[in-house]
Amino acid sequence: MIRVVLPAHLRTLAGVHGEVELEVEAPVTQGSILDALEDRYPMLRGTIRDHATQRRRPFVRFFACEEDLSHEPADAPLPDPVAKGAEPFMVVGAIAGGG
Amino acid sequence: MSRVRVLVGTRKGAFVLTSDGKRERWEVSEPYFAGWEIYHLKGSPVDPDRLYASQSSGWFGQTIQRSEDGGKTWEPVGNEFTYDGIAGTHQWYDGTQHPWEFARVWHLEPSLTDPDTVYAGVEDAALFRTVDGGRTWHELSGVRQHASGPSWQPGAGGLCLHTILQDPSNPERIFIAISAAGAFRTDDGGQTWRPINHGLHSEGIPDPGAEVGHCVHRLAMHASRPGVLFMQKHWDVMRSDDSGESWQEVSGNLPSDFGFPIEVHAHEPDTVYVVPIKSDSQHFPPDGKLRVYRSRTGGNEWEALTNGLPQSDCYLNVLRDAMAVDSLDSCGVYFGTSGGQVYASADAGDNWTPIVRNLPAVLSVEVQTLP
Repeated sequence: MIRVVLPAHLRTLAGVHGEVELEVEAPVTQGSILDALEDRYPMLRGTIRDHATQRRRPFVRFFACEEDLSHEPADAPLPDPVAKGAEPFMVVGAIAGGG
Repeated sequence: MSRVRVLVGTRKGAFVLTSDGKRERWEVSEPYFAGWEIYHLKGSPVDPDRLYASQSSGWFGQTIQRSEDGGKTWEPVGNEFTYDGIAGTHQWYDGTQHPWEFARVWHLEPSLTDPDTVYAGVEDAALFRTVDGGRTWHELSGVRQHASGPSWQPGAGGLCLHTILQDPSNPERIFIAISAAGAFRTDDGGQTWRPINHGLHSEGIPDPGAEVGHCVHRLAMHASRPGVLFMQKHWDVMRSDDSGESWQEVSGNLPSDFGFPIEVHAHEPDTVYVVPIKSDSQHFPPDGKLRVYRSRTGGNEWEALTNGLPQSDCYLNVLRDAMAVDSLDSCGVYFGTSGGQVYASADAGDNWTPIVRNLPAVLSVEVQTLP
């Protein structure tokens, strides 16, 4: 079971509390996790990655195992601890200030 | 007894303000969608408990929310706004061509006849429509594909389609306005559009009387007389008596002809409200006095309405979608400010009271008169 941590605003939007657990077939990648996440929670489509291009939104980051994986290819396998559910895949709203 | 529900969109959430028909005591809701920008929310004229809200964020983009119970609970619906066909380009600030890119929904206009049909005005300027209650959105691309489209340029707030007026006497006719392209009209239900800017005069563009390129801030209409339109332009308050075919300036004695909102009294088609603001960059009221101006003659002759409004040291703004009227016998007028106040007048503007004083900056105000 893959563990996903969402930022507070997206937990509210999806109506979830705490971590989300997802079944994801190997190989576990950013793309396959986000596909599974959006299938389960369609209201998250377009909020993490662009509807059309599937590119990560600029102020969203992906962290796991104390690494910033935001710039890794969407189809690159994620670290084993994420694939085995030992560590969460974290979707993070960048600390970007603003109004 | 009738009730009034005021829907307020702010920089950090939505609020629902409710009162009975006396409009003296108000309940203010907790924030909905706290932390998100709510550019606009509005109810269906045929099903007032059906509300739609535009929720957006610099982090997480655009979401549309729908309520079936007057705003008590909400459900996210479709948020995919994809331009029809090849998106093409418009003019950018530096004169180059820039791809059309969806940024956010500025305005939601529910159909006059069907609660599942809603028009959405978006940035970069385009008109979308849903016919399934917000689940899916499709562009009415005749607007953006007008021959002048590649020449449109963004105003300081972006290239936004911010005003949508449906003609209650003709379901095929819709008026829209875009900053900074101007006003447009369709007479075939949204398939084709043409500019309706004859008579506008805008200093600051190469041809002050050009067919397009005008920074129209807002249009208003009275339902009983849809051929008469009022316009607050970047500068100048304008009036058209022929459905936008031609315009005449009616700024008259206003202390500033710059401003954002313009609204018409619910029962008097020639009673019009504006909030003069200093421009070009100050964007606060002249002389530090917050004054609504009312014309009872359809323009040209304006009176300042000041009772209950701050008349010193007031330096806030009132945005284009932040004024509305109710339809009670004594027409109520409402507006929200960049300082977080929502002011209400239960006597057509003679006297004003703040309903609430300390909200986040107000982006939009809509009013529903309920049985």
